[in-house]
Parts: sequence; structure tokens; C-alpha cells
Amino acid sequence: MASREMVPVVEPDLPEPSGPAARRNRGVLGSLATAVVRSPKALVGVVILGIFVVMAVGAPLIAPYDPHDTEFGRAEGPSGAHWLGTTTYGQDVLSQLVYGSRQSLLIALLVGGFATLVSALLGVAAAYVGDVADHVLSLVTDIFLVIPGLPLLIVISSYIRGGGLMVMVGVIVFTSWAYGARQFRAQALSLRHREFLEAARVRGERTSYTIVFEILPTMTGLLVANFLGAAVGGVLAVAGLQFIGLGDITSISWGSMMHWAENNEALQAGSPLWDLAPGLCIALLGASFALINYAFDEVSNPALRPPRRRRRGRAVA
Amino acid sequence: MPRLIRRLEFFVVTFWAAVSINFLLPRMMPGDPVQEMMNRMKGQISPARRHSLEVMLGLNTQDPLWKQYLDYWGQVVRFDFGSSITYFPDTVTNVISIAIPWTLGLVGATTVIAFTVGSLLGATAAWRRGGVLDSVLPPVFIVVGALPFFWVGLLFLYVFGVVLGWAPIGFGYDVTTGEFDFSWTTISQILSHAILPATVILLTSVGGWILTMRNTMIGVLNEDYVKMARAKGLPAGRIMVQYASRNAILPNLTGFAMSLGFVISGALLVELVFTYPGVGYLLVQAVTGQDYPLMQALFLLITTTTLVSVLIADGVTYVLDPRTRGKD
Repeated sequence: MASREMVPVVEPDLPEPSGPAARRNRGVLGSLATAVVRSPKALVGVVILGIFVVMAVGAPLIAPYDPHDTEFGRAEGPSGAHWLGTTTYGQDVLSQLVYGSRQSLLIALLVGGFATLVSALLGVAAAYVGDVADHVLSLVTDIFLVIPGLPLLIVISSYIRGGGLMVMVGVIVFTSWAYGARQFRAQALSLRHREFLEAARVRGERTSYTIVFEILPTMTGLLVANFLGAAVGGVLAVAGLQFIGLGDITSISWGSMMHWAENNEALQAGSPLWDLAPGLCIALLGASFALINYAFDEVSNPALRPPRRRRRGRAVA
Repeated sequence: MPRLIRRLEFFVVTFWAAVSINFLLPRMMPGDPVQEMMNRMKGQISPARRHSLEVMLGLNTQDPLWKQYLDYWGQVVRFDFGSSITYFPDTVTNVISIAIPWTLGLVGATTVIAFTVGSLLGATAAWRRGGVLDSVLPPVFIVVGALPFFWVGLLFLYVFGVVLGWAPIGFGYDVTTGEFDFSWTTISQILSHAILPATVILLTSVGGWILTMRNTMIGVLNEDYVKMARAKGLPAGRIMVQYASRNAILPNLTGFAMSLGFVISGALLVELVFTYPGVGYLLVQAVTGQDYPLMQALFLLITTTTLVSVLIADGVTYVLDPRTRGKD
């Protein structure tokens, strides 16, 4: 949602920082690693993300109870046996929270991946093919960009009713690819007359081959930034949908926890953590992606990097 | 001028797309939920009302699709969206017109404030590169920007409403008194009910403006005309406001209109959290009650509002930026 708008545009074409350390670290993973090492912001992001990954993978070991169990006291506050209290239905909030991380991470991965794929293909195709295709694709992109995403998402989902995880992911990708496509198009336009593309044209390569194997690999920075942005957007969108009661609300997830908590007025009824804890997790997960993205952006776009304080008596390189 | 005309064309095309989405969705989806809703309504509505609902949702018709489409446009143009299901027997148009002022006041005012404050802070942060504002604001608001609006709302509701009891925890005014006029008590009530949701929308949306303004401003400050202004020895304040900010705010303005959709989306959920009687709360009510006519009308309303804001922003850019007035 809002966060998509904030993802700064990455310009991987800008010169990498000089010096031996930078030269060794070419490539996406390299610059991601550089970002993490250089910036405390990215480190915080990676650590938070790591904790959630551990939580999702090791859920059966970490969660104190079965998340579906309804045999505990109803709407209890935090206690030694139930650190975050219990729900009105007699479930353990902490166990649900731990298991809930699985769906959110999965959605981040799926929406991030598919949305980036769609954005990249449509954006690059528009720029590379040009002419009528570009006009049509750009127009469609602009239309999708202006139509408010969440209301559209809500309207579509309410016609579908229910539907599993993949349906939700599909609808989110459908409503959210436009912002990325525009960035990819802008980036691809700047490459259009480069020699390696002229060469591909002379060799008579197919358009699809050129787009996938020649152009996309040069945009790794933008691909990563887009993936991270779309992943945050996806997690927030699913949470918002489930909070309203749309999409898949019978599964154990942070969004559906908040939905049932709201339905039972958990805030006023003495089990506020049922409502607040899953939201905090969504917030932390979103923040971790945003932090990694920001640090990564600072590495690939030196103009945004915090200015170094000059040391006296030394020439500034 | 050609630029504005192009934007007007875009407005028309997008409006057409939004109406068509509304038209196609109930016809494309497996029709059960819509038919189900109609069955519940049986015997409760007049044949005329029933007919207008059927045209909206594409039920019980043997007409070819193009005829249905024309009929549909006929109703949209006349603002006839049928009756609301949740607020039966009120018409959809009626129900919405009651909700609009609430959202316009809450979301409209907070968005304008967020834009103004955010742009000012962003410009100042970029101007004092490496200063306190510049090093604290971006990371803080990057994190805040990733927070779910509705969760921040819940948190505020819990802390300030439930625990501390400083502010009312729902509705747009005190429903128990039932009095509603332009007296001071009513106004103060409206304000006290708006303060929490407004703060939440403000806090969660201001970061975007700060960051984009800061990043554009950093770019603009490296431009030659800023160097020239410095070299001429112009006062710092004048360079910052009239040279740098004026140019940096242009892309931000377009972004302002574009992201209005995002802000409205977030505000919808904030309204839900605070049971604020605006458009967002109404949309969620429509979804819960499977009130498809109301939902369609609200979707169209929200999209049109965003479009109109984009047009206004374009108009303002046209006035502020001489380059857009050239022959492009």
C-alpha cells in the first residue's frame, strides 16, 4: 500500500563506489552484502527477517502449543503458561503468532516474485518493442497506477469470496504490478540504444530472448528493489484484506488473527495482545524489508548516501 | 495546453476503465454470491428497484452483453446505483452522500497537512545535509511507512482510547446525545472524535512526502542554477525556498496526486478501526453485507476522486512550471 510509493528508484547505472572493497563486490548479492556490512540499518533489517524465517521454519519446535487447540481458558491475559494470553476461543496467542509467520513469509515471497516478474516483463517489453505496444502498455500501466489498489482489491475479493492463498496472491499481483512496470520501462528506455542490444538485433534474436536474457540481467538492482517493495506491499495487502474479513481467514495467519480479535473486541475485552501482537509482527516484517531496501538503495545510488565527515589534514578522495 | 488535454483524455479513458471493471466483475465471477444476495431480497423491493439492481449486477437478463453495457452506462450517468442492501430501503446515492463529508473532512484535511508538513521537513532535511533532521527522519519514516495503517490505528485506539481514556474510541460524534447542529458542542465533539484517526493518518502518510521531497531536493541542490544562486551571494533562505524547493516540489506534486489512491486506501482501514462514519467504513460494511451495488458505487467514487486530484495537481504543475506550458 503506502509503502510502495516510498520505495526510492534505484539507478544501478551510476558508478559503483571505487576502492578495492567495492570492486570485489560486483553483482546483486555482492552489493546486498556490502549494504548489510556497511549499514546498520540493513543489518537490523536482515536480523529481523532472519528471526521470522527461523520462526516460520521451526514453528513446530518453537510454538508452545498446537495453534488450533481450543482447550485453554478464554480471553485470558498474559501469564506464565500463555505469554501473550489466550483468545476468546481458548487458543494460545503465541502459538498462533509463531505459525502465522509462515503464511506472511510465503506471501511476501510469492507476491514479491510474481509482481516483479509481471512488472519487469511488461515494463521492459513496452520500452523495447516501442511504438503501438508501448503506447497501449503504458496507458494500461497508468490506468492501473491511478485506480486505488486496495479498493479494487477489496471489490475483486468480495466477488470471489473465500479462495485460497494463490487466489489472493493472484489478485494482489493483478492490482499492484503497475508501479514497478513504470520503473522498469524508464530503466529499459535508457538502455534502448546500447550496443549490446543493437548487436542482439543484428543477430536476429527473438524479442522475448532479448528481453529475458539480454536486458533483464542488467537490471538486477531494480529487480531486487522491486521484489522487496512488492513483498512489503503484498504482506500489507493480505493483512488488510484478512483484517476486513476477505480472502482466506480460516487459516492461521497474522491478518486473520487480527480479524477474529476485532470481531471479539479484544482490545476492550482484556486480550489486547491477540489484536496488537500480530500487527506488530506485520509491521516488523514490513520494516525489515524496507530497511534492507533503503540500505541497498544507498549502495547503488551514491547520491543518497549520508555524507562522510571530512577529516582534517587529509585530501578527500 | 496540449499536455492538459492529454491528461483530460487519460481521465476519460481511466473513468471508462473503472466503470467497465465494475460492469465486468459481477458478470465474470461465478455468479453465486450476487444471485444469493438477490434471493435474500426477494419480495422486499419494488419491481423498479429490482430492475435497476439487475442492470447493475447483470442478473435475469437475456439481453446481449452490449445492450447490458449500454443500460449500465445509462444508470451510471444518472447516478442510479440502485438500493443499498445494508441500509435498505435507502438508495446507494443517498447512503454515500451522508458518508462523503466525514471522509472529505478527515482524509482530505490530513492529506493536505501531511503533504505540506512533509515537504517542508523533507526540504529542510536535504538543505542541512547530514544534520539532525537528515539523519533521523529518513530511517524513522521508512520504518513507519512500512507499518500497516490499521495497526497503528489499533495501537492508538488501545493506548489513548481504552487505557488512558483521553479520546473517544469510535464514531464521528457522540451518538448517545443525538443532537446534531452547528453549535460549539457539536463541533468540539466532531473534532475530539477526529483527533485520533487524524493523527494516525498524518503519522503514517507524512513519511512518504518527507522522503520523496528530500531525495528530489538533494538532486536539485546539485543543479547549476543553485550553484549560480550561491555564487551570486543570495540569502540562503531565498535559495532554499525560491530556487531549490520550488523545483523539487514539482515531481512531488504529481506524486501527491498519484499516491492519493494509496492514502485513501490506508485511510479506509483507519476509518474501520475507529468506526468513523466515512466512505471507508461504508465500503467495509458493504463488503461484509455483500452489498454489491453500494460497493460498485463506492469504488467508482474513490477512483473518480483520485482522478480529479490528479487533474488538479496537473493544473497546479501547469501553473508552477513554465516548461509544461511549452509546445511538447
